[in-house]
Parts: sequence; C-alpha cells; structure tokens
Amino acid sequence: MNYDQARWTDGAAKGGEDAEGQYEPLLSEKNSEEVEVESPLPDELTRDSLELPALEEPELARHYTRLSQMNYGVESGPYPLGSCTMKYNPKFTEDVAALPSAAVHPDRSERSVQGSLALMHGLQDYLARIGGMDAVSLQPPAGAAGEFTGILVAKAFHEQNREGDRRDEIIVPDSAHGTNFASAALAGYEVVELPSGDDGRVDLEALEAAASDRTALFMLTNPNTLGLFERDIEDIAEIVHDAGGLLYYDGANLNALLGQARPGDMGFDIMHYNVHKTFATPHGGGGPGAGPVGVTDRLAEFLPAPRVREAEEGGGYELFDPENTFGKVHGFHGNWLVLVKAYAYIARLGDEGLTDASAKAVLNANYLASQIDYEVPFEPFHHEFVASAGDQDAADVAKRMLDYGVHPPTTKWPEIVPEALMTEPTEIEGKDTLDQLAEAFDAVATEDDETLANAPNRTTARRIDQTSAARNLRLSWQALGDDE
Amino acid sequence: MSGRHESGERGSPYAPHTADETAAMLEAVGADDVTELFDIPESVAFDGEFGIEARSEQAAERHVRGLLSRNDDLTEFLGRGHYEHYVPSLVDHLSLRSEFLTSYTQYQPEITQGFLQALFEYQSMLVELTGLGIVNASMYDHATALAEAALLAARVRSTDGDRVLVPDYLLAERRDVLENYTDGAGLSVETFATDDGNVDTDALAETIDDDAVMVYVENPTTRGTIEEHLAAVGDLADDHAALFCLGSDPVALSVLREPESVGADVVVGDAATLGLPTAYGMGLGLFACREDFVRQVPGRLVGASEDAADKRTYTLTLQTREQHIRRERATSNICTNQAWVALRTAIHAAYLGPDGLVDLANDCVRLAADLAQRLDDVTGLQAPVHDRHHFREFVAHTDQPAGAVASDLEAEGFAVHAVGEHEVQVCITDSNEHAADELVAAFEEVA
Repeated sequence: MNYDQARWTDGAAKGGEDAEGQYEPLLSEKNSEEVEVESPLPDELTRDSLELPALEEPELARHYTRLSQMNYGVESGPYPLGSCTMKYNPKFTEDVAALPSAAVHPDRSERSVQGSLALMHGLQDYLARIGGMDAVSLQPPAGAAGEFTGILVAKAFHEQNREGDRRDEIIVPDSAHGTNFASAALAGYEVVELPSGDDGRVDLEALEAAASDRTALFMLTNPNTLGLFERDIEDIAEIVHDAGGLLYYDGANLNALLGQARPGDMGFDIMHYNVHKTFATPHGGGGPGAGPVGVTDRLAEFLPAPRVREAEEGGGYELFDPENTFGKVHGFHGNWLVLVKAYAYIARLGDEGLTDASAKAVLNANYLASQIDYEVPFEPFHHEFVASAGDQDAADVAKRMLDYGVHPPTTKWPEIVPEALMTEPTEIEGKDTLDQLAEAFDAVATEDDETLANAPNRTTARRIDQTSAARNLRLSWQALGDDE
Repeated sequence: MSGRHESGERGSPYAPHTADETAAMLEAVGADDVTELFDIPESVAFDGEFGIEARSEQAAERHVRGLLSRNDDLTEFLGRGHYEHYVPSLVDHLSLRSEFLTSYTQYQPEITQGFLQALFEYQSMLVELTGLGIVNASMYDHATALAEAALLAARVRSTDGDRVLVPDYLLAERRDVLENYTDGAGLSVETFATDDGNVDTDALAETIDDDAVMVYVENPTTRGTIEEHLAAVGDLADDHAALFCLGSDPVALSVLREPESVGADVVVGDAATLGLPTAYGMGLGLFACREDFVRQVPGRLVGASEDAADKRTYTLTLQTREQHIRRERATSNICTNQAWVALRTAIHAAYLGPDGLVDLANDCVRLAADLAQRLDDVTGLQAPVHDRHHFREFVAHTDQPAGAVASDLEAEGFAVHAVGEHEVQVCITDSNEHAADELVAAFEEVA
C-alpha cells in the first residue's frame, strides 16, 4: 500500500552507493547539441547558433517517464495537503478537453464557436447556482487572479459611488491565504490585518473596530483555514455592509459547503471559485487552475469583459461587455481547458454527487482527526483540520511522513496553531486509506527529533538543502556549468 | 454502477465509502448522521437544490461532446498573439501521466523531483532562447506576463517615474490587462507611434523621458513583421534608465537575434506556442529577465541544490518573494499557475531539438512570404501591407470591406482576422500550410 519512488540517479552517482539506477539527465552537455542557425532572413536579424537538447523520441519518452516516476500525484497515494483540496480527477474530463472541437482560436467569430459559448454559458449558470450568485465571469486564470478580479469589481463599484478615493483599505483576517494580502496590495489597497478571536474565528469587536468608511472590502474564507464555520457570518456581513464595504468570499474552502450553504445566501457580495479544487480539475504540478468570479446583481455591470449570454436575436449565444466593465484580466478567455473539465465534472455529479462530495469530505476530516494522537485545538471543523505537532518541528514531521508512503499535510500554517499540520483528506479517500494516514501520523508522533531531522530515507532524494539552493543560486543548466 | 454505495442513494462516484465504512466512521466520531458534522446556523443553511441533473459518465461525456460539436469546423489562418503549431502526440502521452498531472506545487521537493527537474529544464531552454539568466515557469499568458514585467520595472527603477511605453500596434486586450494590473501601482500606459510595422525610433525618442520605467516592443510584432530597430530601442531605453521589455515566443526566438544581445532586460510572451493547441486562448506566460533582478521576480523559480547524500537535486527557491510568505509585500499574488503547460512546452521543445526548432521557425518565415506573394497576385488584394520581413503572419489590403471578406471566407470554411476597414491578417504555420492552396482559391472567389 505504501508508495515507494523510483530512484534514478544521475551520472555523477555512477559507481556510488546509490548506483542502482543509471540515468543521464536530459540537460547535460552530453545530450545537447549546438547548431549553426541559417535562415532566409538577413544575418543582422538572426542569431548565430542555438544549443538545446537533441534526443530522439524513444529517449525522450524514457526521460519523462522516469521523471514522472520521481513524482507524487493524487493517483500515487493520499495527498492531504490542507487548503489545496487534492481530489481525484476523473479521466473522461481529459478526453472531452482534448476534443478537436475544444481547440479553437480565441479570435474566431461568435457564430462559429457556438459550442464553446454554450459551454461557457452553462458553466456560468452552474457556478451561479452553486454559489448563490447572480452573475459569473469565467476569465480569471487562477484563484489569486479571481481575488484580484473581485477586488477590481469592488473598486469599480466604489468609484461609481464616488467613494473610490476614500475607500482605500481591505480587511483580511490573520489566518487568510497569503494570496488575499498580495491581491489586495496588487490592486493598490492598504491591507488591514484582523486578528482572530480566541475561538479561531472572526472577532466581531475587532471587526467593528477595523471597519470604517475607508473599508472597500472584507475578504473571508468560510469555513476558515482552521476548517471552522464562521457562525456569526450574518453579523459579519451586517458590520461590513453598515460601514459601506463589500464582503468577499475566498472560494478555496468551498468543497466543505456544497449543498449545505451558499456564499450568496450568507451575505457575500463577491466570490471566486477555485474550480481546480472544488470541481476536481487536475492541479498540474502547480497549475493551470481557473478562478471564476461570481457577484450579486448590483455588481454584475462591473465584471470583466466579455461575458456570455443568450443572443438577443437569432438564438444561440453571444459575447457581451458588461455595462461598466473595467476590461480584462487575461488576454483571452482564461484557462479554457480547465473550464471544460470543471463543466464536465459538475455535469457528471449533479446535485446529489456534489452534496455527497462535501458530506464525505467533512466525514473524512472528522474521522481522520479522531484517529490521530496529535492535538487538534480548534473544532468543530468541516473539511480540514489543523493539528499541532506540539514539541516536534512540523516541517520535520512532514519529511518523516514521506517515509511512510504518504504525502504530508501543509505545515506551519496557519500560525494560530503552533507547529501546524493542516490536513485535508477530501472525500476521495476510503476508510482504509484514512487508517493508513492515521498510522503514519501516529508512528511519527512517537519518534525522536533526530529520526525526524534525518528523514526522509525512502524517497527519490534525501533531505534537500533549501538554504544552499537560495544562497548559491543555480536556476538553469547553464548556471550549473559555472558551478562545476 | 453504485454497488459500493449506500443502497438507493447516488452520491459522488468518486467517494469510495461503503455503507458499512460510513457507519463505522460515523460511530468513531460520535455522530448519527453526516449532516450533524456541519456547524452551519439554520438561518444560512441551504435547503434548496441546484437543479443540476446527475449523469452517468457516458451521458456526461456525450453531453459535453454534443455542446462542443456546435463549433464550426473551420480551417484557421488566425494568429495575432495566439499561434498553433502541431503538437506531437508524445507531448499528450507524457504530460498526461498522472504523477505529473495530478500533483500540486512542489512544497515537498523530496517526492516531487520529477516535476522540479522538468521545470528546471524548461527554465534552462528559455535561458538559451532569450540569453537572459532568469526564467520563471509561472505566468498565465502573454498579457499578464507583460503586466508583471511593468510591475518589475517599477520595483527595480530607482526613480519615481511612472510611464510604461507601448507601441501603437499593441493588442487592445493586452493593453487592457496591462492597465488593470498596473493601475494599483500608479503606472500610466502610453503609446508611441510605429512606422510601416516597426518602431519609429524618432517618435520613440520624442516620447521617452526619464519618467519612463519601461519600453515595450514585440518581435515579431502583432502585425507579423520582424522588428529591425531592436538595438536602437535598447539604446534609447538605456539612455533613460528604463527597462527594455521584448515580447516574443520560443519558436520565433529559435532564429531571431537573442534578446539579450540587443539590450533586452525582460522578455515576455506566450510560451505555449509550443505544447498547447489553440485551446480558445489558454496559454503560458513566458517571463525571462536579467540575473540582477532575481530577488524582484514574480512567480516560482526552481533551483539546483544537493540533498543529504550530496546528490544533485532540485527545489523551489527564493520563496520569500512569494505571497504565501511575504503576503502583501510579495513580488506577485500568483499561487496556482501554469506549471503543467510549462512541462508540455519543455517536452515539445526537447522533441524538436535545436535543428527541429530552427527548421520550424524558418518554415514559418518562408510560408508567410510565399502566401503573401500568392495573395498579392489575387485581384483586389495587396500583400503584405508592410515592406518588412515577416514571421508566420502578415497584413493584406483588401479593396472590398475586410469584414465582408472575412465573413465570405468563413462561409468557405476559412477563418482570418479582419483588422481594419480594408485590412485582413493571415497566419500560416506547419498546422495549416496543407490548406494554403484552398485558402488562395477561396480568396480568389471572395476578394
């Protein structure tokens, strides 16, 4: 059951103790070739030479297959990386995204891409229903891009009310994702950090004190990063709205709520959806994702251009620019193939499947937490929990968990919990896998610091020196050449 | 098909719980029913339905296939910043291996060496193509990469200048994204004139001053021309201590002069010209810059390191620039980005190798020149409009209104851009050259 990685060693290790695999990396001088560039263009416009890898297809196939064997994905084993929602990705969604009919140029005429527009219209509609929102833009190419887009919507709204200059602050809880702070700063706002209350939730008095006529937006995740539902959400909405601000829902944790609650019903004005999380599109080693933005009616006129609607004449669908749009946040229509996969996933699960996914995600988190020895200081949590490694170093705990064949939780965040192990099993794990995860947690919990500090031992690489990577920067194979 | 699930209930097909397991887990947590675990006040609980029908996999697949089949099957001669080259089958097969596709950001480098090495190789190939030492594998697309370049320029410049200078051929959507991203930093985007599809260096000299933080030009340009004044632009930018940002792509860079050699400080563009099909505009932002900017760069960087056994390894590095650590003082807000597209681009580039890339680029130059010549021979057309060398695409003058010409061509099964009242733009690569004869014949019909 445990996952062991292939260990392909590079040429330098040949004959050494780890010489079980003999493997030349792609980008060594040996595998590159420098060619002289001859071209129909005048010499002064062209380069003289080009040096790049020169391998034949079978060699490349082996190279990347080996690299894949040195990588851990959701199909390798459990991946309870808190706040990332690493769910199994159904295969058929890849097939529909790969259809030639999905591969059209973004400058095609509207009448010739009715299929793409119909799918976008359908996804706008699905997402609006799921979030309790009135209008959706699919353009933002990631969750953080969705946050930035939502902030621009709020900015446009306040500017129209002639409050653009005055409302220069965005309130963000101290436990929020780092993207919230960065997106607010990118849009030119002052960030007001809100300390969490003793129960790990928004402290209403602190919010009262922070909210003012300078408040443009309050950005909140619900359930928050501790997995706790903000029970006072209606009071929170009232405080923010009374101050003239808008309430923003960070959709990173939406997988906890499907069919149980909707941001629009809780008083949120703007939200983004992380479709790669909630709707099981592959995370691709760090992306692409997509971060559609939903808003209530009064904000629809400010969304990015273009959106899709039913054509005013002649049937079918058309693109249109919202009345007071601020323009675009992506050159074209965002990460289109990700949108296709999200649409296909929602069309597969429907009401019952989506609702059940959240129920099982919450059950799994609660069950796993009940089976481990580490303390979980805040509850009742939903789809994720934050355990504390106590006297142990959470980063070392994570490295040691790798030896038990599982991917570890997110570590050392949120900082409210000392030595945090932020764990999100999602709905895709069965009881046996959760028991295996619990065994890994518990085995590590009893181990001494030295064992932890020397981990991992069963992975492709032993403990990697992050400090040396940053101090002696080598960011390309050309830089390696200087080094050796 | 729901044998393992609770009888009579169609839950998520991707939650593997049997009824017995669910019962045992509920008992372990002391709940009678899963809904007890939700801590949601009655007043905000959702008791309605989405009204979304659940489907079998087959029905869902057929439904999406059916929707997409409403797209017309046209042969596209479209470019203008988004290009199609044939993607070798190998790229799909390798990039779709689930260990790559279903992983996330490499926060635990010891078990993600494969992806890290692939991204390191991507960075290395782009270092070779641009001549600049720093490449990230993070940006969403050309437009957002351009915007991040302007923000970088504002950070590294020591003066208070706030002007970003762009050519008049800059695509409206790129300019829009650039303005939205830079507004918060107080930058203003201003246009300089071009002359016959290239930078008018006199006009630029008049426009630029010490308040300019960045000058942006493209090579090849949005109009398909190859820029002949890059070194002069680099000198002008240098004279005013502004950053020189060049827009390009990996195929063009395979034969065109290295950006570094003409003084470029930053290179942006769409790297998914290798690796992705047209995908209705999905891309991968290319971002390369000088090494001395490394601590101000947005996005993820992969660096070489050693492990405890002194073996060569790879890891994300300089993460203290990033949003999850530096928060509002981060160099960008980017988190989930385009890593998998970078993997595809790397595989595609390695597949072609240096000879294949040079051949592909040279073919683009020849194909565009040939097609322009053939269209110039068609009555009612003059091509190319600009007396320049071209890469992949060119603008043609039509005596008829361009919109009508494009529309008539569409009825014949071809897509081209109408870019002015009497201008169409045509893009030709290895992906559509097989249909060049038919396109010329169709132009003869409609022009």
